[in-house]
Amino acid sequence: MTVRVRAFARMRELLGDGEFDLIVPDGATLVDCWEALRARNRKIDALASATRIARNGRVAALLSERVDDGDEIALLPPVGGG
Amino acid sequence: MRLFAVVREPIDPRALELAVRTDACGGVVTFLGVVRERADDGRSVTGLSYEAHEEMAVAEFAAIAGEVEARHAEVRLGILHRIGELRVGEIAVAVCAAAPHRADAFEACRYAIDQLKSRAPIWKKEQYTDGTGEWVENECRSI
Repeated sequence: MTVRVRAFARMRELLGDGEFDLIVPDGATLVDCWEALRARNRKIDALASATRIARNGRVAALLSERVDDGDEIALLPPVGGG
Repeated sequence: MRLFAVVREPIDPRALELAVRTDACGGVVTFLGVVRERADDGRSVTGLSYEAHEEMAVAEFAAIAGEVEARHAEVRLGILHRIGELRVGEIAVAVCAAAPHRADAFEACRYAIDQLKSRAPIWKKEQYTDGTGEWVENECRSI
């Protein structure tokens, strides 16, 4: 199945694009999505502990949460608005 | 005009104030966050590049306003944040709070900008005169 990834700030720069499709196996969790993203650039490991992941506009409390085909997965590094 | 928005065009704070205030409001407090010429470490800044998860940011603005209204039912709030490339002197964010009396308006405005800075999914990169740039993080509350 395919999820839509949106990445911001440093995370966008490391992944090379702010919005792209990611193919993950059926039944995949957010952890599996992260692993698939690491395949693009392992340097994202440095941001892992500080980055929140939102699924369809809501910050996920647990990375064991499953994703569905067509979901939006947003990678939110520490914010700097204002 | 929308009271909670992420915009690409220059912010008009007066238009926001007019949209937020009603005839019940005797106090209107507007905070403007403006691009300044120096970074905290003293380096010269040519401008800031902002980006946002726009839908989540607008939802966060509305959530902050809901928290304000829960405490002060008569306070009205408007929040606009600009994204894109901003130069020194341009307005990045405007928070307007209007209330029957000034104390509630000041408190609501302060609360809203503090919460925005710690929670809203918005990012900024300082661009320096030597051609380099760095992402700047606010003190963050985990949500």
